[in-house]
Parts: sequence; structure tokens; C-alpha cells
Amino acid sequence: MNFDLTDEQEMIRESLSRFLRDRYDFEARGKIIRSEAGWNPEVWGQLAELGLMAVPFAEAHGGLDGGPTDIMVVMEELGRALVVEPYLPTVVLAGSILQAVGGTVAEELIPQIAGGELVMGLAYAEPRSRYDLFHVETTAEKTGDAYALAGHKSVVLAAPLAGRLIVSARTDGGTRDRDGIGLFLVDPQADGVTVKDYRTIDGFAAGDVILDKAPATLIGTQGEGLALLEMAVDRGIIACAAEMTGLAKRMTELTVDYTRQREQFGVPLSKQQVLQHTMADMFMAGEEMKSMAVRATALADADPEERAKAAAMAKVFIGKTGKFVGEAAVQLHGGMGITEEMAIGHYFMHATMLDTLFGNRDYHQRRYEMLTGLRKDAA
Amino acid sequence: MDLKFSDREEAFRQEVKAFLDEAWPAEKRGSKTEFTRDNYLDWHRKLHARGWIAPAWPEEYGGTGWTPTQRYIFDKECAAADAFPILPFNISMVGPVIYTFGSDEQKERFLPPTLSGDIWWCQGYSEPGAGSDLASLRTRAVRDGDDYIVNGSKTWTTLAQYADWIFCLVRTDPNAGKKQQGISFLLIDMKSPGITVRPIITLGGDHEVNEVFFENVRVPADNLVGQENQGWTYAKFLLTHERSNIAGVHQSWRALDRLKQIAADKDLYGDAPSLMEDADFVRRIAETEIDLTALEFTELRALAREESGGGMGPESSLLKIRGTEIQQRISHMFLDAAGTYGLPFQRELGHKEAPPSNSQVGPDFAVETAARYFNMRKTTIYGGTNEIQRNIIAKMILGL
Repeated sequence: MNFDLTDEQEMIRESLSRFLRDRYDFEARGKIIRSEAGWNPEVWGQLAELGLMAVPFAEAHGGLDGGPTDIMVVMEELGRALVVEPYLPTVVLAGSILQAVGGTVAEELIPQIAGGELVMGLAYAEPRSRYDLFHVETTAEKTGDAYALAGHKSVVLAAPLAGRLIVSARTDGGTRDRDGIGLFLVDPQADGVTVKDYRTIDGFAAGDVILDKAPATLIGTQGEGLALLEMAVDRGIIACAAEMTGLAKRMTELTVDYTRQREQFGVPLSKQQVLQHTMADMFMAGEEMKSMAVRATALADADPEERAKAAAMAKVFIGKTGKFVGEAAVQLHGGMGITEEMAIGHYFMHATMLDTLFGNRDYHQRRYEMLTGLRKDAA
Repeated sequence: MDLKFSDREEAFRQEVKAFLDEAWPAEKRGSKTEFTRDNYLDWHRKLHARGWIAPAWPEEYGGTGWTPTQRYIFDKECAAADAFPILPFNISMVGPVIYTFGSDEQKERFLPPTLSGDIWWCQGYSEPGAGSDLASLRTRAVRDGDDYIVNGSKTWTTLAQYADWIFCLVRTDPNAGKKQQGISFLLIDMKSPGITVRPIITLGGDHEVNEVFFENVRVPADNLVGQENQGWTYAKFLLTHERSNIAGVHQSWRALDRLKQIAADKDLYGDAPSLMEDADFVRRIAETEIDLTALEFTELRALAREESGGGMGPESSLLKIRGTEIQQRISHMFLDAAGTYGLPFQRELGHKEAPPSNSQVGPDFAVETAARYFNMRKTTIYGGTNEIQRNIIAKMILGL
């Protein structure tokens, strides 16, 4: 067993961490989330120059030949700085699918992602699907070689920024069948595509995507999209586990600093044992979260069942402990913790949304029980 | 990063398994072997004969030279076979103090029987007035010629009723400035005149801990370890050594396996739905499995740091806190699994400390569930309460 990072991974961590410290402090981030665009393309370009967008891809596609561990390193740092630029949807979600399907579509798009020229989004959820990836009402109708999509995709991260979307749609079967789902490439500028754009409460650009005879290209094999989607979302979950670790560690640091500075009744808050114990619990949560992120990362390339189990466990754990750390951090900041003026509340909001994204704690708890055979019923 | 075990580590696992099949075969497993002095010593001596009793010791004193990962594999396989965990008193506590601070003569005299089990050690630290605040201890040792005369009492002394010797913290200089000063580390033969042992029966009828009284007990000055009045240094050293398998992860996995078997056992439920069909119970099991996985990988990360020379340090407080919380949760689930048969107090029929119960009823597994649940309350109290552990994290890691 070996938990060490390679020298290259340490270098990525250092250069990214330095860049974010210099260029992406709370004030800089505040300007970005209040801007019309909702992201900073210049920052995106600089992150690309650092090699971030190229990390997981093959050298032949302009990538750095990294793997899940490299993604873990990147996501933890992005979490620490609460970066809103669309790394998760572009590189992790869409990137994983493009890598897996390969062929001409990968040859065309991956170099653009790796170069920082293309942002992508993954449209998998629907208004009635909750977290079930197989619940797909959106239809794909084939005419000749082309497809036309019709339906409504909900809360697609980076949708208003994306040059291409990957959309799940059904060529066959009933709404909740596991078979008959395909993944399609859609240009959001095309006729028949409407993006209803908004910000998430934690500051990320997102949108609902309305498809009305939208032109689309099938990627991968028709009817077998679900396995790809599950793989990509599990990768997304595993990346979020690393991101949540970054959030938790930063929230603990900010709370330790704040309680040291703030005096009440003539002593710093940090001298109150009851607060010290809460901060000790926050520290423990962060360490254990890191362990779960590391474990899930090590299983990101395992067979689908092992990977799914590891992702479900990690999601349950980060949902529970991430929210605990966030709520405790806000509580220890007192009234200041519930204002938008301090960073801590923004970390808390994102931690809360990470519990919801890709399925909350309850959902993945049940998924784990089903995958392990602890629970037999389908209820 | 690579979390698979190497071929060498897998080969080692097979070696451990083969040893266990012989030394701790199936008929001893599944809580079929009662914890008694003889049963424990039988296991201790088998490990000693194989050279595996003290894996973490330096090789020159009888250690195995295993890596932390090998120790982890060894602990895991032993737990999977329901073997008794090795008690810390000889191997994790007094042994390391003697080989680190003892004289050559003390090493020669005490280390071989400490390893072999010919001496059963108990720990004389806590006193009626000094629990978590250990340094406020008052047991006195006064120099008299070649001896010390010891007066006072120790409490919570685990298995003192079995012990041959006790290692004690005693106050040799009551006038030293700070209470941490003036303490010495003394080895005392339990057969010395003036020592009496009073059992303390804990909730659920267990006799694990005792009070030990010293009345004008004469102890040869040769039994002083290290220097007089420097005992606090040795005590602190010992406390940082008390961390091997501190989280009890392997035992908790084994217990969860047993619990799942019980909860699915058709004989127990007949036509009624089994506990494994109870979504609320299943949820508690699943949550515990997930939390235990997080703890296990936190321990593995700590071991890896130790392996690369980083040392474990105050992170061991995390392992202690989470490990004991989970042990208590599991003991509670066993009690719940027993249902109403958790109620009858029928532990060790005829146990002299237990009130009279003449019949054993209910499923076998249920007999000890309540007693075990009550017994496990100790885990968040001993070894520095979990609140003390949080103080340590706050102070040593967060710098508060």
C-alpha cells in the first residue's frame, strides 16, 4: 500500500495552490460570481496553461496522461478556493464520457478541452427524475444518420457557458427502463435548444435545457448510454469527495483563525473548551473525509460494481460530514457566519449543495444497501 | 498512490492464516473460547513460540521487524479468527519502557518473562483521586535503605486479579514544584506483603477492574526504572506507545459480520420477517459500515505515515475517539437484535458476583448482549476519555 503522491502530482498541487492564493481570493471570487458572465474566462485560460484541463487525457489528445489521483489533487485545491469555473462538468463529467467512447468525437473535442477552448456540460437530470439516472423522459428520434431530441433537462451545470452538451435521451423503452438510453452531443446554440440560465445558490452558472427537435449526434452505442452515464457520475461523485475535503479543511482553518481573533467576555473564543471540542470534531471529519476521498479515488477505475459501491459510500460520508463541518463553522462564526460578507458562509452553501448534487446522503445510503445486498427490496 | 497489497504482503497474509488455522482453529472461534487467565496465556504463549508476540518491538529485543502494513494484516487476520486481542500491559506498555529506559540488568531480568507471559503485568496509574488528571497521583514511595516503602492505592487496575507484577507511578518527592515532577516509575511484585486487591464489579457483572491497596509495601530500589523523579517522562512515553490497533477496526468488522448473520438467521424469526428485512435496522448497519470504512482508511493513512518515518502523533486521538464510538454503537445494535431476550441477567450462571439466575433462556447470542453493551461504556472513558482526546486535538493539532 502506498498513499504517496508522485512528484508530478505534488507539482500540480503546488502550482495550482499558489495560483489560487494569488489570483482567486475571496474578493476576486466575489467579483466573478456577481459578474454577468458568471465565470472568468481569463482564469480558465490560466488554469489551462497550468495544464489543469489536460490532466486526465491521453497524450495523443493533448493530455497529460494523468488519472483519478491527479483529479483528486486538483479538486481538493479547487475546493479550498471555492472555484466556480466549470472544471467538474467539463473535464470530469464530459471528459470521462469522451475518453470512454473514444473515436472521432474524442479526437475532435478532447484536444479542445485540454487546450482550455471548450467548456462542456452533462445534461442527465430531469424535472421528475430526482437522482435516478435511468429515469429519462427525453426522447431521441432517428431520421437517417441524425437524431432529434425532445424533452427537458434540469439543473445542468455550466449549461450557459458550454460550447457542447452531452445529453441523455431515450431511443427505446419506458421512462424508467435501464435499456434504451443513449448519450448525444448537442450544440446549445442550435435551433431547437433553449437554455434557461441562472446561478445556483452557491454561485455556479447553470441552466435548464429545453430541447424541441434539437439536432444531436449519438456518441457511443445506441441504447447503452446508462453504463457510461453511471461511470461519469460516479467519477463526478469521487471528484466531489476530494472537493468537499478541500472545503472542510478550509472551513476548519477559517474557524480556528476566527475564534482566535474574536474576543468575548475578555477572552478569545478559541479558549472556550466547548468550542474547542467542536473544532476537534471538525478536524476529525475533514481527516475521515479525506480517507474516503482517497479510497474512492483508488477505486475509480475498478469494475463498475466496486466503483459504484465506493462512490456511494463516499457520497454518504461527505454528505453527512460536509454538512456537519459547514453548520458547525457557521455556528462558531456567530452572526457573521450567516452574512454574505464572510467567506465561511459561501463555503457552507457549496458544501450543502455538494450533498444534493448527484444524489444526497439518503439516496446513496439506499444505493449502497442495494449494491451490497443488505437490502433486497426495490422500495 | 496504490492501495492494493503487494504480492509479498499477500504472501504474508497467507502465512498468518496458516498459523491461525493451527494455533487458533475453528473450534476455538466464534466466541467459543471464554476469556480466562489460562485461555489467554495459552494464546499468548503460542504467539510467543512463533516469535510474533511483540511485532512492534525492536528486533534486538524480540520484535518481528514487520512494517506497519504487515502489523495491520496480522491484526486483521487475528480478529477475523476471533483470537483474543493481545493485552497492552506487557507488550505495548511496560516492555517498551523497560527496553527504552531500564538498566541492562532490568532488561535481562524482565524482558524474557514479559514476552513469554511468565510475568502477567498490570498497570498502576489511576488513583481514586487521579483519573484523567493523572499527574495529581498521591501514592507515596519513601526511600528506606535499599528499599522503597510504598503506601497508597491504585484503581481501575485491569485484571490485577491475574497479575504477577504491577508497574506503578509513585510520588517520590512531594515537595517538587510542579505535580508532574517528583514522580517515579516502580516495578512491584504483586506477592509483596502489604498488597491487597479488591474487585470492582462493573455494570453487567464483569470483574475486569480492581482497586489495589499498598500498606507499607517494601520494594527493592533495584526495581526503580530510570531515574528517581523522572517517572512522568516515562509515563508519557508509554502513553504514546499505547496505540497499536487503538481503533479496534478489525474487531468491529468481525462484530458487524456476526451481527448480520444473526439478523438474517431464519431460525430466530420463523415466519416473522428477519431483522435484515427491517429497513431501519439495515440502515444502521449500513451507516456503521460506511463510518467504519472511513475510520479504517484513516488508520491506514496514519500507518503509512508511520511507515515513512512520520510517526503517528496526536492523530491517534482521532482513532481512539471514532473507534470507541463505533464499538459502542455495534454493542447497542447487538442488544437491539436480542430484543426482549436482552433483559434476562443470566451471564455466567453461578458467577459469584451476579445475582442468582437459575435458567438460561433465549438464543445463545443474546445472553451477553446487555452485559456487553454496559461493559463497552468503558471504552470512551479509559485510555484518556474521549473529551481528553478532543482537548489533545485542539491543543496539539489545531493549536487552540
